[in-house]
Amino acid sequence: MQQSNYIIEVQHVSKRFGEKVALDDIHLNVKKGEFVTILGPSGCGKTTLLRLIAGFQTASEGTIKIAGEEITQTPPHMRPVNTVFQKYALFPHLNVYDNIAFGLKLKKTPQQVIEKKVKAALKMVGMTDYEDRDVDSLSGGQQQRVAIARAIVNEPEVLLLDEPLAALDLKMRKDMQMELKEMHQKLGITFVYVTHDQEEALTLSDTIVVMSEGKIQQIGTPMDIYNEPINSFVADFIGESNILNGTMVKDKLVHFAGHEFECVDKGFGEDMPVDVVIRPEDIYIFDPSDAAQLTGVVTSCIFKGVHFEMLVQTQEGYELMVQDYHSFEAGREVGLLVKPFDIHVMKKERTCNTFEGKMLDNTHVEFLGCSFECIAQEGLEAGDKVQVEVDFQHVNLQDNEEDGVLSGDVKFILYKGNHYHLTVFTDWDEDIYVDTNDVWDDGDRVGISIAPEHIRLNKL
Amino acid sequence: MMTRIMAKGYLWFLLALLYSPILIIMIFSFTEAKVLGNWTGFSFKLYSSLFSGGMHHSLINAIWNTFAIALIAASVSTALGSIAAIGIYNLRSRARGVMNFTNNIPIMNPDIITGVSLFLLFVSFGISQGFTTVVLAHIAFCTPYVVLSVTPRLKKMNPNIYEAALDLGATPFQALRKVILPEILPGMISGFILAFTLSIDDFAVTIFTIGNEGLETLSTYIYADARKGGLTPELRPLSTIIFVTVLVLLIVINKRAEKQKKE
Repeated sequence: MQQSNYIIEVQHVSKRFGEKVALDDIHLNVKKGEFVTILGPSGCGKTTLLRLIAGFQTASEGTIKIAGEEITQTPPHMRPVNTVFQKYALFPHLNVYDNIAFGLKLKKTPQQVIEKKVKAALKMVGMTDYEDRDVDSLSGGQQQRVAIARAIVNEPEVLLLDEPLAALDLKMRKDMQMELKEMHQKLGITFVYVTHDQEEALTLSDTIVVMSEGKIQQIGTPMDIYNEPINSFVADFIGESNILNGTMVKDKLVHFAGHEFECVDKGFGEDMPVDVVIRPEDIYIFDPSDAAQLTGVVTSCIFKGVHFEMLVQTQEGYELMVQDYHSFEAGREVGLLVKPFDIHVMKKERTCNTFEGKMLDNTHVEFLGCSFECIAQEGLEAGDKVQVEVDFQHVNLQDNEEDGVLSGDVKFILYKGNHYHLTVFTDWDEDIYVDTNDVWDDGDRVGISIAPEHIRLNKL
Repeated sequence: MMTRIMAKGYLWFLLALLYSPILIIMIFSFTEAKVLGNWTGFSFKLYSSLFSGGMHHSLINAIWNTFAIALIAASVSTALGSIAAIGIYNLRSRARGVMNFTNNIPIMNPDIITGVSLFLLFVSFGISQGFTTVVLAHIAFCTPYVVLSVTPRLKKMNPNIYEAALDLGATPFQALRKVILPEILPGMISGFILAFTLSIDDFAVTIFTIGNEGLETLSTYIYADARKGGLTPELRPLSTIIFVTVLVLLIVINKRAEKQKKE
C-alpha cells in the first residue's frame, strides 16, 4: 500500500482536442480538506482540468489519482467525487427532494436514511422546508443551493465546483461566497473550485492555481500569488498592477522608468532585463518634495468608493496607476515613492522572438510558414536551418491583414507604462510578441511584417 | 373599415372553400339517402348500420387493420426516432447538420416515390407483401417526423443534466432512463400522435406495399369502393368520425406545443 498525503494527484496530464492542446503536462497535488481554486481567463483549460477529474473527459496522457487510487480511465459514476455545475443542471422533472435524493436512491439507501440526509443537506444550504418545491419555481441562488445540497448529500471525498456563482448577481455572489467558505469548514471535504474571478479566488481559497493557455503558471496561497506573482501574466491577472520593463543593475538595485531603485531581489546577475511589478496601492503619492523618487503630473483621478485611482504621467514618459485614500486632481504635479520591498522583480520569460527557420536563398528565410526577405549573410546557403531572432519592437502590425506577410489575432495585451506588449496568435499556430505604441484591441485581426534588417539569423 | 370587411370576407371565403366538402359529408351523414345530395330527413341510421357490422364485414376489417398498423407503426417509429434524435444530438455539429438534412429528405420526398421505392425494395428482396410490409413502410416514413419532434426537446435541455446524473452515480443507461427520457417524453408523445395520424390517412405508400392477398386498410378500401361505382353510404359517418378524431388529436398536439413554448 502506497500512502500519500494527497487526495488528488494529477501527474503529467495532457489533453488534446484534435490539434488543439487544451492542457499541457499538468502537475497538481491537492491535500485532503483543502480549498483549491483553479483560476484563469476563459479558454485557459481550467474547466477541462475539472472535467478530467470528474471523469466527463479522459486525459490524452498522464494519470489522475483520487485518494491514492488511479482513476484516469474510470467512468464518472464510479468516482468518489461530485460536481456542482455552472448552470445548476438540476433535473427539471423532479422536485427539490427528489433531486437531492437522486444519488442516494441509486445507491439503494434505505428510505428513512435518505429522508434524514436530505433534510440535513437542505439545512446545510439554508433551504429547510423547500423539499416539495418545483425546481423551476426557485430563484438562481436557490437552485444553486439545491445543486450544492444534491452534491454534498452523497458525502464525496472531493467536491468539484465549476464556476458555481458565475450566473448569480453580485450581491448574491458575495453572500454565497461566505456560505461556501463556511460549508467547506463544516464539511471538512476537499473543494476544487474553478473560476475566472480573481477576487473570488483570493477570498475563498487555501491554495490558488493560476492557469493560462493550458499550463499552470503559479500555485500558491492567495497572499503568495498576490504579493509575489511569478511572472507578468499572473501579476496582470491578479489584481491591478503596474508592469514595466526594467534592468537588474546588480543585486538589490534595479533600473526602470528612467531611474535606479533599491529593491530586495537578488540573484538575477548583472544588467539582466527583467519585468518590474508594482501594485498601485504600494505607490506613495504626495506634493512634490525631496523625498520623491519620481515626479509627474496626474492625468486622471477616479473615485472608487474606498480609494481614489489616479494615473500619473512621469517626467520620463511612463504612465503609472496609483491608488490612495487622498485625491490629487488631474493636472496637479506630484511626487511618487516606492519602498524597496514593494518592488517585485521577475525574470523575463523571453527578451526577443525566436523561431526556427530555413534559408530559401541568400536573401529569403522561411519561418512561421512564410517567406521573409532578409539581409544576405556570409556562410548561409539555401536549405540551411537557422535560428531567427526578432526584437519585440521591430515587429510591425498593420490594420489591413493583406498588408502583412502573414496575419494573426491579438490575444493578450499588457500595458507596460509607456508601450503595449502584445501577444499575437499567428495563423501558423505560433505566438509572436510585439511591442508597440499603437492601441489594439483583444481579438483584432492584424497583418504582420518584419523589415529585412531586423531579422537576425544564426546558423544551427 | 371597408378593407377590414374585405379581408374578413376573403378569409371566410377561403375557409368555406377548404371545409365545405367535409361539411357536406358530415351533414349528409345524418340522413338515410343512398345518393349523396338527397336529403331524406334527419337520421342516425347510417351510424347504426356502420357499427352493427355484418353487412360491411370488409369495411370493419379495413378499419381494424388501419388502427392496428397505425398503432404498431407509431410505437416502433417513436422508439426508433427518439433513439435516433439522441444519437444525432450527440454528434459533432458538422455531422449533426448532415444527419438532420438526411432526416429531412424522406419528409420532403413525395409519398408516391417513397411508395414505389419501397415496393421495388420488397420485390427485389423477394418479400411477399402484406401486413408486415405495410407496417415496415409506415415505420419508414413516420420515423423522421418523430426525430423532428424530439430534437427541439433535446436542444432545450440543459446539456449538463446527463453528466450530472452520471456524476451522482447513475450508469449511462440509468441516466438515459431517469433523466433524458422524462425530459424528452413530451416530444415523444407529440411524435407518436403525429406518426399515428400520418399512418391512418396514408394511401400512396400503403397501396404500393399492401400486396394482393386481400388485405385492405381504410384508404385502400374507400379507393376500391369508389372505383366500383358510388361510395357506400356508411363511408359518410365513417369519414365524419375520422375527421373529428383527427381534429381532436390535432388540437391536442397544438395545445401541447403551446404549453411547451410557455415553459
